[in-house]
Amino acid sequence: MTHVQHLKPFLKKTPFYEPMSALMHGAGWIRWQGYYSPAFYDSVQSEYFAARNGATVYDVSPLIKYAIRGRDAAKFANYLVTRDLGKIKPMNAAYTAWCDDDGRMIEEGTIFRLGENEFLLNAALHQLHWLHESAYGFAVEIEEVSEQLAGLSLQGPTSRLILEQLGVQGIGKLPHFGILETTIDGKWLRIDRAGFTGDLGYEIWVKPQDALWLWESLFRIGDPYKISPMGGHALEMTRIEAGFILVDVDYIGAHHALRPTQRVSPFEAGIGWAVALKKDSYFVGKRALQKEKAQGTSRFILSGVEIEGRKPAPGAFLYADQKGTKELGLTTSAMWSPLLKKNLAFAQLPAAYAKPGTEMWIEIWYPKEKKIERSMVRCWTRNRMFFDPPRKKEIV
Amino acid sequence: MGNANGENRTGGNRYDAIVIGGGHNGLTTAAYLAKGGEAQGKNKLKVLVLERYHKVGGAAMSEEIYPGFTYSTCSYVCSLLRPEIIRFLDLPRHGLQVIPYEINSSPNPEGEGIVTYSDHDRTRESLRRHSIKDAEAYDHYAAEISRQCRFIKPLLMVTPPDPTQINPFAQNKINPWGKRTDLEGLLKIAAEFGRMGEKQMYEIIRFWTMSIGDFLDEYFETPRWKGFAAASSIIGTALGPYSPGTAYVLLHHYMGEVDGQIGAWGFARGGMGAVSKAIASAATEAGVEIRTNAEVDKVIVRNGKCVGVALRNGEEIYARTVVSNADPKRTYLKLIEKSDLDAIDPDIHAYATNFKIRGSSGKLNIALDGLPQFAGLPKESAWGTVDIGGDFDYIERAFDDYKYGSWSKRPFLDIVIPTTVDPTMTPPGKHFMSVFVQYVPYKLAEQPWSPEMKAAFEKDVLDTIEMNAPGFKKLILHCQTRTPWDIENEVGLTEGNIFQGELTLDQMLFNRPFPGLGQYRGPFDGFYMCGSGTHPGGGVMGAPGANAAREMLKDFKHGVV
Amino acid sequence: MAGQTHSKGYDVIVIGAGHNGLVTAAYLARAGQKVLVLEAGDQPGGTAQTREFAPGFRVSAVAHILQALHPKVIGDLDLERHGLKPHANRIGTSALLPGGGRIDITDDPVATHDSIAKFSAADAAAWHPRMERLNRIAGALGTFLTKTPPSPSPSANDFQTRLALGMFALQLRLMGKKDMLELSRILTINVADLANDFFESDVVKGLLGFEATLGVYLGPRSPNTVFNLLYRLATLSPKHGLGGLHLPQGGMGGVIAALVKAAEARGVTIRTQAPVDHILIERERAVGVVLANGEEIRAPIIASSADPQRTLLKMVQPGNLDTEFLRRMRHLRMNGCVAKVHLALDALPGALAQAQGRMVVAPSTNHVERAFDCAKYGRVSDHPALEIVIPTLADPTLAPKGKHVASILYQYAPYKLRATTPDEARAQVLDRTLATLEEVAPGTRHAVTASEVLVPHDLESRFNLSGGQWHHGEVTLDQVFFLRPAASFQQYRMPLPGLWLCGAGAHPGGNVSGAAGANAAREIIKDLKQGHANRGAA
Repeated sequence: MTHVQHLKPFLKKTPFYEPMSALMHGAGWIRWQGYYSPAFYDSVQSEYFAARNGATVYDVSPLIKYAIRGRDAAKFANYLVTRDLGKIKPMNAAYTAWCDDDGRMIEEGTIFRLGENEFLLNAALHQLHWLHESAYGFAVEIEEVSEQLAGLSLQGPTSRLILEQLGVQGIGKLPHFGILETTIDGKWLRIDRAGFTGDLGYEIWVKPQDALWLWESLFRIGDPYKISPMGGHALEMTRIEAGFILVDVDYIGAHHALRPTQRVSPFEAGIGWAVALKKDSYFVGKRALQKEKAQGTSRFILSGVEIEGRKPAPGAFLYADQKGTKELGLTTSAMWSPLLKKNLAFAQLPAAYAKPGTEMWIEIWYPKEKKIERSMVRCWTRNRMFFDPPRKKEIV
Repeated sequence: MGNANGENRTGGNRYDAIVIGGGHNGLTTAAYLAKGGEAQGKNKLKVLVLERYHKVGGAAMSEEIYPGFTYSTCSYVCSLLRPEIIRFLDLPRHGLQVIPYEINSSPNPEGEGIVTYSDHDRTRESLRRHSIKDAEAYDHYAAEISRQCRFIKPLLMVTPPDPTQINPFAQNKINPWGKRTDLEGLLKIAAEFGRMGEKQMYEIIRFWTMSIGDFLDEYFETPRWKGFAAASSIIGTALGPYSPGTAYVLLHHYMGEVDGQIGAWGFARGGMGAVSKAIASAATEAGVEIRTNAEVDKVIVRNGKCVGVALRNGEEIYARTVVSNADPKRTYLKLIEKSDLDAIDPDIHAYATNFKIRGSSGKLNIALDGLPQFAGLPKESAWGTVDIGGDFDYIERAFDDYKYGSWSKRPFLDIVIPTTVDPTMTPPGKHFMSVFVQYVPYKLAEQPWSPEMKAAFEKDVLDTIEMNAPGFKKLILHCQTRTPWDIENEVGLTEGNIFQGELTLDQMLFNRPFPGLGQYRGPFDGFYMCGSGTHPGGGVMGAPGANAAREMLKDFKHGVV
Repeated sequence: MAGQTHSKGYDVIVIGAGHNGLVTAAYLARAGQKVLVLEAGDQPGGTAQTREFAPGFRVSAVAHILQALHPKVIGDLDLERHGLKPHANRIGTSALLPGGGRIDITDDPVATHDSIAKFSAADAAAWHPRMERLNRIAGALGTFLTKTPPSPSPSANDFQTRLALGMFALQLRLMGKKDMLELSRILTINVADLANDFFESDVVKGLLGFEATLGVYLGPRSPNTVFNLLYRLATLSPKHGLGGLHLPQGGMGGVIAALVKAAEARGVTIRTQAPVDHILIERERAVGVVLANGEEIRAPIIASSADPQRTLLKMVQPGNLDTEFLRRMRHLRMNGCVAKVHLALDALPGALAQAQGRMVVAPSTNHVERAFDCAKYGRVSDHPALEIVIPTLADPTLAPKGKHVASILYQYAPYKLRATTPDEARAQVLDRTLATLEEVAPGTRHAVTASEVLVPHDLESRFNLSGGQWHHGEVTLDQVFFLRPAASFQQYRMPLPGLWLCGAGAHPGGNVSGAAGANAAREIIKDLKQGHANRGAA
């Protein structure tokens, strides 16, 4: 007899747990920030192709959401993140990083500007402590509102058609990273045009009590549009194709690093474009990032890599030469892309090798009939955004 | 006694090493020596362990005090025992099984208690019931503690370099290789430091000098939670939560591991005596001779060289080296003649006299008829440690009583009930409860410890538990109470200090036990120390014992002894 | 003249005309900089000024004993030529006991020995050698008072700092192995243990306990208190201070008068009643200050001698500094725990007249420890430890003819009070001071004609000391050297370009020593010379 028999289950269920559970064929649950989250329903492959062919639904309710409001909210939010929020108009979202004093990334995610002084920060990790610490001196209120909203990510080429059928007015005109709020069947909805698949897609937020209505409506309307539920495994494939980095996979969050030297800057993470050094006010880590930029002290840049053959290469070392004498870096994420028919990876590369087209060598260890074999093959630096269809940003 | 251990200086029966005291460190040293060190070289030594009690174990002891009930009479949980030692001595084969527990909690008679789990998500959910802010800060706090542990871990199994020895011109009689190894050691630490980056260096320096109170204030707001989180920082110390230096003590309790899980603690199946028993078994297998009921009276020194020991019964045993597992004060003030010390350096006696070894902890071992239910806690909390305490004020007031020479009227208690997991220690359905009490003085200000005083002390502790676990008293079948005074007399730890010397910065690293003698070698050729009174200090860790053996083997190899 | 921008073209603005601010200003002016000092109060001096607290009675407002003023500062700034007599009125210390006994610690070893011998022959014999050794060790540490703290990561230091570090290491080596070992043993321990190791009589232990806890929120049984003792002893060495305790002529204001003259002689402009509201920041650099009345004054270098919390949390507006740095600033230990009591006396009771110029009431370790216990729970000590000086014995002009002033430090009166209001605390301090004085110097109560009490809250409101902490942050191991005021910012340069810290909140901390001000000026000048001074556009 152990204490385990006395523990009550504590993993929380999102409002979509029941309908997700009904569709699940195996033991497909994984844990996401203390919630049940689907890894897969039945076939990862069919979920993946649904995302590229029709539309998929993924439960994003466990995402941690912080409301930032108050007189200084705009000032504070702009101090907190690396992007220049002065350029983001209300009812628009922005992808951004936020850093510690040394310009090392704590996390990245999207921030919604809902009003002049009203923001919503979406994070994969708990950030309240950091937000409170940073807010010293500002007239702002910060509240975690994660459980006040239930969300589904509807992604794929048919996603807009489904929302049109659902009766969302003006969805075709909603720009990439735009946000709209509407009412359907007396239910409040907030829709933002963003997602983690790199395709046309939306995130739909409702009040938790309307969650089942949303789920049911989407699947009812979406059936002819090839709608499918999706789990984390298929999402992982789509996000690599899309070039999106993931905290504690492709880089280690500054607050998680046991050795501070393991922390990375946004430049190193390959999202230097999200660092607005020209912003006309200070933000946390700006001085350190200015210095890094000016002195060229970035140790590497997380870049896209295309690899010969089709052996997936997670955690593989890259070399400048076939003999493997000059080590360049390591892959962080890798996959075979069934859509692009390419062998893809993200890799930490020295700046000199980060230029698309640069040829390198990669050492891959792979299982072959219960044996591990090694191969050294060519690979080339590529733009990390491997999959970027025009429909992603298209306005109709 | 006229046996072969007599003056026969060349005879085959002469030992290479005598270990004074069969505690877990003494046994570890013995086993390492007999195996010829980690390399298991040809230097396999002939080792004799002398233990004054009728069985080995010292403060890591399981005894049947009440019929049918096995108590862990002193130490009660296991985490610090170095994995290197467990593997090298193959302790699992010798019967050691450590079962980790995953809950820590603190009851609250007036409301909801605090529970933390080894699972961070679960802990966060649990802390949110008290404060969302604290729940969110917990991850940051835990990460910082892990960072601090990372730095200290590599220091545990090494001989601390002595910065005063880093002088190319210095003559070092005691340790002829000190110059080189110390520089290397220091560089190693510097390199470890360098890998941290400048920022973490500062954090480490600050952390080692600050109080746990100040450290926790930087993260948390809930008073009870802070008091609970501070618990590990004051266990075994003569310090309060706002005393500088307490942050380090926290680390000392977090740097252990079970199966690579840093900071995890577990129960040794069969009680803490199982640890000593396993090490003793490994030692015996390696050829170590263990004699119990053999109390050492004096260390014999001739011409500045240690040649053996004299037992209480007058018997003299000679050996090439002697290593003491006794605490530094007992070793240098009782076992060694002052004249022998003064002949080397009169300061050593002064160091020993000034060595800080105040006992501050008591122990109640209780046989229970059933499992108590703690106030404000879920049932599962009995499967881990239960800390009875409160906010910082609660602990500071407990400390105040102690400062002025009394036991804490409302003490801080660290309780475990290993029989929730361990089926071997009590009859089925019954339980053994170990209650660690902080603070209890070695000497009372007003009068000596008497049976009446001890009873009054016991009553205060039991009352405190009853308040936090109503109905508890009715479950008591038997209770054994030990004050620091008892611990000194029964276990041999001077002033009952569980760490064989306080864990304050001035008595750590190259200063443990004394400045200039921090590398396991004593002032005489052939004399060594291997107990918790040496680096890296107390707890059932075994590191001092293993480190001492390594230094001794070095001296054997170089022909110094 | 709100909103008007003055363009007098100052090179440097120094915030605060305390002694460190004036020292920085004078050094920078000496190096050819055009310096403006802005003082919030109506006269320069900060905590080192002399003020009238009752008609005709004047007293050193906060600091009242001169010991630490660094000889290098005196020499560099020619303070003696500007009227300072640093070595005048040297005093000894008497430990007063309830009921009338006392020991006198003076420069005369024989008299000191005999005085202690009345209580313990062993302590009398031990005093001199023990203190001699502590002084020797403290003296070695004192070398670093006038050095810029290095970074623990060697590559981060410039040549000058590395050289200083090397000299310091050499200094420690020269102490000899025994002293080095002793230093490593005692540096972090508590003074109660040290006192027990060294002495046997309560009165000597109590005195040592008081010396080691004065000005820190620690009791004699708190670790690290020996460090505070060594810190104080270091400033008593003739190499790093004045070699003893002194009651300055004209009160501490006399030192300020000399500093003001020295600064003004080099062209420094000092403006009083000019409180800085915030630091003007443009393009993420400090480019000037805005006064409370809205007036804007610009200069490429701003050196603040205000405490770190005031400077970085109040004068720098939100959104200009990094999160972790601000967190560190917020958590600086700044719990002031000393109250100041000023008494106007008709006559001087015998016990106060006969003793040495500095009197301490701390009859035992437990006395001080219990006084600290009260502070721990947010209360004013029931039975305080006191330091008393009679400045009028050295300078009769501080009071009407024939009358006297008593200047008293009351330990502990914590800033962080729980159930007590500052008003109640003030009354308790006065009450308990008089009661304690009555025990050691009967008749004092009747001689008092006027009084003033400054609890830490008053020190905060009158002298802008955050938390009423007069060292701008406790001088304890986790807040000294390269951790003062915060790691990575120990070299006087603050994270905001153009802003420097030159007060006691920077290394080496409190006391009227001028060391922090002089060190900061040196770093600023170094920076100017290197040509990448924080001036002009980025």
